[in-house]
Amino acid sequence: MPPTGPDSSRLQLRLELRGITKVYPAVVANSGIDLRVAPGEIHAVVGENGAGKSTLMKVIYGMVRPDAGEMLWNGREVHIGSPADAQRLGIGMVFQHFALFDTLTVAENIALALPEKLSLETISGRIVALAQRYCLPLDPARRIYSMSVGERQRVEIIRALLQNPGLLIMDEPTSVLTPQAVDTLFGTLRSLAADGCSILYISHKLDEIRALCSSATILRGGKVTGTCDPRGESAASMARMMIGADIQPIRAVRSAATGAERLVVRNLTLAAADPFGTDLDTVSFSVAGGEILGIAGVSGNGQQELLAALSGETPLADAQGVLVDGKPTGRLDPRQRRAIGLCSVPEDRLGRGAVPSLALADNALLTDNRQSSVRAGFIRFDVVKAFTERCIAEFGVRGGGPDTPAGSLSGGNLQKFIVGREILQNPGVLVIAQPTWGVDVGAAVTIREALLDLRARGCAILVISEELDELTEIADRIAVIAGGRLSPAMSRATFDRDAIGLAMSGEWTAATQTQGADHVHSA
Amino acid sequence: MSQFLPILFATLIAGTPLVYAALGELITERAGVLNMGVEGMMVTGAVVAFAVALTTGNLWLGVLAAMVAAGILSLLFSVLAITFRANQVAVGLAMTIFGTSLGSYLGKPFVGMALVLDASQAAGGFAQLPLVGPLFSAIHPLVWLSWGLFAAVWFFLSRTRAGLALRAVGESPTSAHAIGYPVVRIRYLATLFGGAMAGVAGAYMSTVYASLWTEGLIAGRGWIAVALVVFATWRPERCFAGAYLFGGATMAQLFAQSAGIGVPSELMSALPYLATIVVLVLISRDAALMRLSVPASLGKPFDPQG
Amino acid sequence: MSIRLEARPQPSRTMIWLSPLLAIGLTCCVAMVIFAVAGLNPLSALATFIFTPVTDLYGLGELLIKAAPLVLIAIGLSIGFRAGVWNVGGEGQLIVGVIFGGWLALNYGPDGGPWVLPAMVVGGAIGGALWAAIPALLRTQFNANEILTSLMLNYVAQLWLGYLIFGPWRDPAGFNFPQSEPLAPAALFPTLIEGTRANASILLALVAVGLGWALMSRSFVGFQLKITGLSHGAARYAGFSPNRAVWIGLVAGGLAAGIAGVGEIAGPLGQIFPTASPGYGYAAIIVAFLGRLNPIGILFSGLLMSLLYLSGDVAQMSLGLPSSITGLFQGTLLFFLLTADVLIHYRLRSSTVATGAIAGSAK
Repeated sequence: MPPTGPDSSRLQLRLELRGITKVYPAVVANSGIDLRVAPGEIHAVVGENGAGKSTLMKVIYGMVRPDAGEMLWNGREVHIGSPADAQRLGIGMVFQHFALFDTLTVAENIALALPEKLSLETISGRIVALAQRYCLPLDPARRIYSMSVGERQRVEIIRALLQNPGLLIMDEPTSVLTPQAVDTLFGTLRSLAADGCSILYISHKLDEIRALCSSATILRGGKVTGTCDPRGESAASMARMMIGADIQPIRAVRSAATGAERLVVRNLTLAAADPFGTDLDTVSFSVAGGEILGIAGVSGNGQQELLAALSGETPLADAQGVLVDGKPTGRLDPRQRRAIGLCSVPEDRLGRGAVPSLALADNALLTDNRQSSVRAGFIRFDVVKAFTERCIAEFGVRGGGPDTPAGSLSGGNLQKFIVGREILQNPGVLVIAQPTWGVDVGAAVTIREALLDLRARGCAILVISEELDELTEIADRIAVIAGGRLSPAMSRATFDRDAIGLAMSGEWTAATQTQGADHVHSA
Repeated sequence: MSQFLPILFATLIAGTPLVYAALGELITERAGVLNMGVEGMMVTGAVVAFAVALTTGNLWLGVLAAMVAAGILSLLFSVLAITFRANQVAVGLAMTIFGTSLGSYLGKPFVGMALVLDASQAAGGFAQLPLVGPLFSAIHPLVWLSWGLFAAVWFFLSRTRAGLALRAVGESPTSAHAIGYPVVRIRYLATLFGGAMAGVAGAYMSTVYASLWTEGLIAGRGWIAVALVVFATWRPERCFAGAYLFGGATMAQLFAQSAGIGVPSELMSALPYLATIVVLVLISRDAALMRLSVPASLGKPFDPQG
Repeated sequence: MSIRLEARPQPSRTMIWLSPLLAIGLTCCVAMVIFAVAGLNPLSALATFIFTPVTDLYGLGELLIKAAPLVLIAIGLSIGFRAGVWNVGGEGQLIVGVIFGGWLALNYGPDGGPWVLPAMVVGGAIGGALWAAIPALLRTQFNANEILTSLMLNYVAQLWLGYLIFGPWRDPAGFNFPQSEPLAPAALFPTLIEGTRANASILLALVAVGLGWALMSRSFVGFQLKITGLSHGAARYAGFSPNRAVWIGLVAGGLAAGIAGVGEIAGPLGQIFPTASPGYGYAAIIVAFLGRLNPIGILFSGLLMSLLYLSGDVAQMSLGLPSSITGLFQGTLLFFLLTADVLIHYRLRSSTVATGAIAGSAK
């Protein structure tokens, strides 16, 4: 790590950005951004989804060329044209969606990133040494596909560290960690900073930033709206800078009269079709009408497989595995399930929930095609258009009309459209994954309120989410999925972050069983 | 036993073009690029090699010319499929149609001509070597060069850093780009290599295997080579073995005649195509094996600014 | 200053229809270069090439009679291509249609009867459909790539027809030429326009255009196929069966190709030859792409491709160039089409802005 002392930190910044601007055809991602990072400083870049944080990091790391502005590294102006240039300077990056090769080993992955041609044995030795120093245990001979998400992040970090960075960029690192693992990560980052490495910490989680970072630059709509020391700020004041207004708290959750069980899953065991996926193991739960059951968990523990089994994308061998209003639906496809009243919203908007190149009207027809939109095999375009317009109006979708391609909408607007499309089909059961991932705060509020409205109308809702805060806000009960198994559910009154954190690592006991009405069938 | 040696030689000769074409396509696909234009590149290579060898009397000039011609076609393919990110299957099909029709057009004047090259001239100085010299005369240099190619490809992929980088690009170009590798350049090089090898394969067909040019010369061998890569689960050693298996299948008619089996000649000629279908089915049905073997980014365009 | 490709936020609607015209224009340029190299006047040679075939009624009839199978097959193939199903086996499916229809013609034609011709059409359709069903089955059951399997079957079908023509179906009065007996009148399509060879197969092609349009633009099945071709994930999420798309995509092409095959032997050929098709199965792929996978577009591109075939003969007779020039132009056309298609999703931008702003020394 480059040496630093009290004098040099006052004289020279490790990284300085002046007036960085990046314009895309549809949006101004960054506009005149200034950033100052001192040596050994943990500097947060704060902003909600869509504020321009990712683009800015891509500019710094050389993956994107800015249209205007300058970058200074240790006081000298530089031109970073590619990730190779950035690495040569000493900028390392730990990606949100890891840049790893599944079929290769840890050592091979890291070897690919190192400029010198060292033998795999030498590299393995360095990996183990560094891993011990910073509490990131790793086995160099393991293949990536066999590792959990948290372990893969360790590989990313070690790879970045082995290149002796002067600046380490961490992009939303805690979304894949249990609360306990987050504490360990913070310890690692603090030791790194103490050794002189600067850290750019990208996040929208204000509590974490206030615990870890000594300075912050806040972005909104592609511009810098302020800089501060998070340790001296409250979450509310930072949130105000982040979204430009006070966060409207979601209106209080009233207890709805819970009716009969509408969604029942019994001993769902499913081998993953993908050899890199997670097998589901005797998952059992039920959701009553007028209730929201949240499933928390770190990504990669079976959430995708569970959603596919419920939505019908993966048919089950046992028709009784999933019951909707008492009817066995295990072998039905998604269209048949919607006909019975089970609608779903997947986690990827653009690859599954909608087709980006098609108009919103076509995307509406994607799932709403049973009663009136299709007659005698032919499409009734007027009915489809009317439905689309209604969806746009009722859910506040901005950015286009029925003929606008879905891909040109912002993440939040498209998500509102997709959620709205399913809700307008009056489902008895709604299964939804990552409802507000990558979505701006305004849209997130709209979506969560729409879910609560649906709940009030007696629908049974299952929310699978990696954002624990979201679930604590809207769920009546929370269960945790880990390694393909589901923990017993905790009721609202007994939410305990520590217990949930432990459950995410796979540890739960009967002590977390709920009091009162318990809808979980034991295996 | 007296049947054995001629059969062995016939299999060697028939398998060689598949060795070149399949190993070339293997490298291309390991980088994540699906080149369906191999058939067209082989046809063009065959015509160009024949024409040049005929006019200059030099086999190696013909082979070189074939590599250049097929290389140009694969360059066109690369520009469309890699830089402009067009659908790789569509561009590959277009390349086959274009390459075949180009070869057919260029080759019209040469139909019916015979190419006579002194075999020992082809072996060149190698035939003078002390112990192994006679071997080089008996087996054409292009054949044992193909063995060298196999060894080189195997070593490259499994033992070199560059080979590791190629495999990484094929698995995840975005990750490779993120850690600083020139993905586009690597893919171009892999595709050009594959094209050049298809050119050699075509050249071999028209100058050694048949010593003539006719429209039906390549007869789908380029496609068989593409299927071979799948059958070999993208491993060079299986590609090599499979090439000879299929080479043998193309010789089935000869074997049947010598064994006195009275089956319609068309059925024997259909054997390599039917065999290709059968082995494709056998390999593809194992979804888990395919998932672990297919280069994950095969056929998908890569956007450096994405 | 460098020219870069910038992704368009939306695919350009104008370019979708401009690109085929651009490709045609570029191919004409290449044609003129070839003419010039051959020592001809480029413009007048091009004019001869394009206009001579259709100057009289007979020529127009030839144009239609060649366009009919191209349009028919291309419509069938385009249904599959829209769904992401790559049916490259049109040639083989046409040949098996010839085999099935030909068998009916040779065995029942001489006895006559109005039912012979419709039976041949149905037989050809079944033959083509069965030949396409093989890759469909292999793909849905065993996940075998349909491009490779359907292509291999092309060669097999060719050999099968060859075996029949050189063997059991050989014309006893044909001086050992590879051909079948001439088909009986009951097995031939009636002529539509006097003085030409244009026959009722043209009507079949027009019906196909209508059916294709209704299916792809108006029906829900067509919508499902479109989604399957655009996004497998979205199709699964919507509950649209990918297997059904594979079957429909392949069998549609097989049906069309089989009928087109019968149209050839019951039409202009009147006999069965081993080369029953001058590569229509492959040319139809080009027709489908050039027509933007749209039935109306295919109608026009089919006529254009048919003109190219006729022009090839003209080139041989009037310009002294080999008729294989047709194939070369077809291939060139497809190649330029794919190049021009790039402009649908990208536009060319010269960037002078960025590089100036980031000044300073490198590392």
